[in-house]
Amino acid sequence: MQFRGQSVKENIGTSILRVDSRKKIRGEAEYIADWKFDGMLYAKTVRSSKAKAAIISITLPEIPEGYAVIDHRDVPGVNRMRTVVSDHPIFAEKDVQYIGQPILLVVGPDRETLYDLAAQIDIQYREEPALFTLEEAEAHSRVFTDYHYKKADPEKYFHKAERIIEDTFSTGYQEHVYLEPQGMAAEFKGDTLFVYGSMQCPFYVKHALIETLAMPEDNVRVVQTVTGGAFGGKEEFPSLNGCQVAVAAHKTRRPVVMIYDRAEDILCSTKRHPAKIRYKAALDKNDTVVALDIDVLLNAGAYNGLSPVVLQRAIFSATNVYNIEHLNVRGRNFMTNTVPSGAYRGFGAPQTIFGIEMLFHTIALKLGLDPLEYKMRHLLKQGDPTCTGGRVHETVKMPEIIQAAVERSGYYDKLRTNKKFQGIGIALFLHGCGFTGKGESQIRGKIVLQKCRDRVILKVSSVEMGQGAETVLRKIVANTLDLPIANVLCEKIDTGLIPDSGPTVASRTTMIVGGLLHDAALEMRARWDEGTQFEVSKIYEHPDYLSWDDETFRGDAYPVHSWGANVAEVEIDPVSYELTVKRITAVYDVGVPIDERALIGQMQGGIVQGVGWATVELMESEGGKLKQGNLTDYKIPTSMDVPDIACYFISNPYEFGPFGAKCAGELPFVGAPPAVAAAVSNAMGCAIRDLPITPEKLMETGHDH
Amino acid sequence: MIIEFRLNHEKRTIDIDPSARMLDVLRDDFGLTSVKEGCGEGECGACVILVDGRAMNSCILPAGAVCGKSVVTLEGFKHTKRYRAIENGFLKAGSVQCGFCTPGFVMATESLLNENPHPTDEEIKDGLSGNLCRCTGYNMIIQGVRLAIKEGEGLW
Repeated sequence: MQFRGQSVKENIGTSILRVDSRKKIRGEAEYIADWKFDGMLYAKTVRSSKAKAAIISITLPEIPEGYAVIDHRDVPGVNRMRTVVSDHPIFAEKDVQYIGQPILLVVGPDRETLYDLAAQIDIQYREEPALFTLEEAEAHSRVFTDYHYKKADPEKYFHKAERIIEDTFSTGYQEHVYLEPQGMAAEFKGDTLFVYGSMQCPFYVKHALIETLAMPEDNVRVVQTVTGGAFGGKEEFPSLNGCQVAVAAHKTRRPVVMIYDRAEDILCSTKRHPAKIRYKAALDKNDTVVALDIDVLLNAGAYNGLSPVVLQRAIFSATNVYNIEHLNVRGRNFMTNTVPSGAYRGFGAPQTIFGIEMLFHTIALKLGLDPLEYKMRHLLKQGDPTCTGGRVHETVKMPEIIQAAVERSGYYDKLRTNKKFQGIGIALFLHGCGFTGKGESQIRGKIVLQKCRDRVILKVSSVEMGQGAETVLRKIVANTLDLPIANVLCEKIDTGLIPDSGPTVASRTTMIVGGLLHDAALEMRARWDEGTQFEVSKIYEHPDYLSWDDETFRGDAYPVHSWGANVAEVEIDPVSYELTVKRITAVYDVGVPIDERALIGQMQGGIVQGVGWATVELMESEGGKLKQGNLTDYKIPTSMDVPDIACYFISNPYEFGPFGAKCAGELPFVGAPPAVAAAVSNAMGCAIRDLPITPEKLMETGHDH
Repeated sequence: MIIEFRLNHEKRTIDIDPSARMLDVLRDDFGLTSVKEGCGEGECGACVILVDGRAMNSCILPAGAVCGKSVVTLEGFKHTKRYRAIENGFLKAGSVQCGFCTPGFVMATESLLNENPHPTDEEIKDGLSGNLCRCTGYNMIIQGVRLAIKEGEGLW
């Protein structure tokens, strides 16, 4: 089997071998923990053991020669991690706001000695009253961000409603469990700082370093190392540990490496926001939902960070695939003294889409109607207004998608023949492609294609983190230029060598960055004979028919959406109430698949992560302390837990996507949880209002029944 | 304590604390970095090695326990025909995404097929249930094992 000469000429969707897999299978891919630097020091973080406290004193043991302690006083620039809201201290100063908050680093050549030294550091605190839950934070109005938008005239329609139905849904934490824990390293070469590590967004890290180290832009370089999974968990977090190791390298003038073990990673890294969503639905005389009042509450944890943009996606996804004429939507991020929540695949949308799918399901059952037919009554069509008053510009193929899901799964037959404790359920969903609102037009992603005789080098900041970006982006260029994929190479992800094409987030890589590469490759093809060496560069321009107002939240929150339907089949053990997800039938419109096998990999993995969140992945915080602090207590699905999964794609080319591709990475996560919940509801004959669906919760509902 | 064992088919002698984690010994003392640390408590399988042909989590294996035994890591295994069959199976099935769990899955697959050359799907799932993967959702890894069995017919 050879990569070289792999034809990419045929149909773009025809699968090719991933360019990075052989090295990974052979165990030769070098993750940051595999890197060695001459004279390197290891780092160990000393963290707060209190949820909210003033730091009274820090007493250090005698620090041996060659070891050092690094704290906020060593930060040359701003002691805050740069992100949407730059509120998280790099190192705590006078106070701590959550258990696990970093206070200082101990660095040195021997890890055992470091751990001993760290254990001997005595920190005295004066504890202060803390808030831990969404309920407490709401009661005390401890709000970080409060957003509101309205569509048409909800008050009037609530006033004249035939019937008003209220319901509340909630979802829990989720830990990313990328298999490679967080790790970063820093070294100075002369005046230039190099930071290496496992990350999604090299330019986020670079901009954070410039501020925290107070260094000129030209002297800071960030290099991504092979990244062992991320799922949003390596979006903003590496800016924090990256700045910490950089400050340590600045003080010691030695290379400093900091690799977390799993327990430390779980303790301090960001999680999916726990959420509560309250609905009030106004129904007209035909039982159609004409107005919705939606109140979204997210637990942001101790610092706001990038939670405001998570909240934006949560509230702009809150009506899902439905056209609700009148809307009143509020979204709030609450501050609690818990580990900060952050980016996680789906970015706020899985919470609200679970909510509205269950709301429609529950209303339909209450009215004695078929949930799917009831949902289809409200479906968005091309040209309809979105929840924010923009337009659904694309062709909407939901009827086709739903039909395929129903037929392929045998939905209605099984709905009729299932016995008690067997269930089948369907969820409909969408995902807004790329950044929310003005995001893409503000970042203006830039890419460069460089011709070197018969080879082409593509220069982007989109990283390979397991999702297949390197294969897909090279394939787009190779296919456009009619070159073997071996002749199309990616420049190393080093901010000194590549332009900023934006972060690797928001399912934007294939559609936005791939789109720019496709345009550049078309231009290069037209100019191919101009010379043996030349460059083509492109900068993203938002399609001019899109509008967005950041103040009023009016307009097109997303340029286009990917769509889908999932059917889940479950069985519940009547004695233990253990839940088994047997089968998922998934149908998606992602525009045009760029590589079917890579795409199915994203869909399978996303579905299983979603099933995990909906079923076994229970994480609770008590008094600010996580009750599940390792992989023994926090369970993710194993090979024994995975359902049979069948994926189908409905072609629906998008004018501005490469070969018609839209977004894909987050979409599968969004659809699986509400499908599983609907199936459990069907099996148990009760409403499901809370994720994860644990046997304990099912037992309570089963006994009530 | 002096420990003698075979590592990737060569005789080795080291002087080491017998309670040291085999994971650290392999990575730090022998530079065998295919052995990955994913959890440090025997839950994820990223550090799986073969000890006398059986899959073991090296993060919870004290160095003293390998005295007189044969230890094989992916660095040693990757020169074999069996490895080649697994590699091709994993490549063709799309079993690899981020790759951090992959060496552990390769070693677990070898251990599984060594004991049971013709496993059913349920037996494959059971045989790999000590290895966590967060990217693929497992089905494409199971498919990779099936392809390896087909290509490697007669090797196990």
